[in-house]
Amino acid sequence: MQWETVIGLEIHVQLATESKIFSGASTKFGAEPNTQACALDLGLPGVLPVVNEKAIELGVRFGLAIDAEIGMKSAFDRKNYFYPDLPKGYQTTQMDYPIVGVGHMDIELEDGSTKRIGVTRAHLEEDAGKSLHEDFDGQSGIDLNRAGTPLLEIVSEPDIRSAKEAVAYVKKIHSLIQYLDVSDGNMAEGSMRVDCNVSIRPKGQEEFGTRTEIKNVNSFKFIEKAINTEIERQIDLIEDGGTVVQETRLYDSAKDETRSMRSKEVANDYRYFPCPDLLPIIIEQSFVDEIKASLPELPDQKRDRFQQEMGLSHYDASVLSASRDLANYFEVVATEAKDAKLAANWVMGELSKFLNQSDLEISASPVSAEQLAGMLIRLKDDTISSKGAKTVLEAMWEGEGSADEVIEKKGLKQVTDSGAIESIVDEVISNCPAQVEQYTSSEPDKRGKMVGFFVGQVMKASKGTANPGQVNQVLKKKLDALC
Amino acid sequence: MSIDHDQVAKIAELARLKLEPSQMDQYAENLSSILDLADQLQAADTDGIEPLANPLDAEQRLRADKVTETNQREHLQKNAPSTEAGLFLVPKVIE
Repeated sequence: MQWETVIGLEIHVQLATESKIFSGASTKFGAEPNTQACALDLGLPGVLPVVNEKAIELGVRFGLAIDAEIGMKSAFDRKNYFYPDLPKGYQTTQMDYPIVGVGHMDIELEDGSTKRIGVTRAHLEEDAGKSLHEDFDGQSGIDLNRAGTPLLEIVSEPDIRSAKEAVAYVKKIHSLIQYLDVSDGNMAEGSMRVDCNVSIRPKGQEEFGTRTEIKNVNSFKFIEKAINTEIERQIDLIEDGGTVVQETRLYDSAKDETRSMRSKEVANDYRYFPCPDLLPIIIEQSFVDEIKASLPELPDQKRDRFQQEMGLSHYDASVLSASRDLANYFEVVATEAKDAKLAANWVMGELSKFLNQSDLEISASPVSAEQLAGMLIRLKDDTISSKGAKTVLEAMWEGEGSADEVIEKKGLKQVTDSGAIESIVDEVISNCPAQVEQYTSSEPDKRGKMVGFFVGQVMKASKGTANPGQVNQVLKKKLDALC
Repeated sequence: MSIDHDQVAKIAELARLKLEPSQMDQYAENLSSILDLADQLQAADTDGIEPLANPLDAEQRLRADKVTETNQREHLQKNAPSTEAGLFLVPKVIE
């Protein structure tokens, strides 16, 4: 049977605030356990939450960027369950009146077409603490530093049809929240965590199948693997006559399988009710307008501008606009070198290769945008050959200074002086009588290929500094004169 | 509306309350009467009335995003039955 996959995602994004959503404790990552957990975060009696204005602002910022309705009146509710990393016994979240309503996100599919994924809502909530299960003699250790860190939970419609689409959507959200400074998007530190709701149905069937939820997947690679593994499991199960049970599952990346988290099922009755400690949040239109005016250029706008104003291909423009840091880097290179296409080629080509090899982000590149532009300027004015350019990049990567410094130090300046080139050519010709003999005795239509040997010799003799185009011309002229 | 013993047991479990069998009847009766009151409220005509998020006619005041709390770990952990390496220790919880 042909199966169709239906996926909806819930993405938890840690908001880039200094302090927690309801308390003045710091949200900084990596502090000593429980040094950033105040009486309120600990759920001690007698405390009252006060909402962080910045959390509201960041929520609205995200909402405006996905063209969503903004909750001008939003409210907090309590989601009740017991777990030691949630000392209050409830999570304060938004149920009926989220800060962000219906919006959408356009993703690009592999065939180049665009697909619109609906966003149902995005709501503010607090994060829980962390449980550590090792080394405590049968006990668990609880660190509540993360408790109360503001999260925005972005809930998609079940519009996604494959693991690849899911990854494209998550990457798009990831790019957007970084553009907006809504979150640092640091996935390794858990700033973005994804719950994947997955079900299958016979192709053509309208009704959804029973879904399972894979909790807390925190890398693009694992999202794709976890979903594909779960789809396979569901298909096998149904084709063997079984039925899918609605449940929460965990993805085990070491075994590449999902497994049931049974313990959570018993408590899956959250008894939401309005939080009596918090009044409704009322937003003024002027507040929204101010945020709207402060929005930066967004990835899709940037992509279109790179295409239309800078003449990049759709593919290049998409790759370069996907991350704000990459886009900014590219723009500096393109502007300084005054050649967008050349800049795009080098940023996406050689530079990215170096970055990938060292597993570095563009923001940590040892070669600055100004340095790269400096090299491209020398490539464009024929001071260096493209082979020389690669040598320059390599040297700049190793910290050997600016392009001009490297060119000078390594003697990479291309020889374009025709007299100098001619004398090297003459030398090569007189040193290789056998090859010259072969050349002159060949059929004229075979000679073209044979020039390559001489070009190689000349380049070698000039230590790569001769301009290859000129060498080619001079060689042809001189060799043909001998025939 | 009446609540049976199974429902009382489930609600008690969700709330982590331990009830003796002898208490079941009384809880069932009390909870049922609360639901009866809710039924009475349900009967009121609320067409065109905006749902109420909070009974106070006021709105939430917001605070600026500033760190105002300092590290009070030692003080705050004085009441904890068990701590180690700055962590609160609790009976093992594992998925």
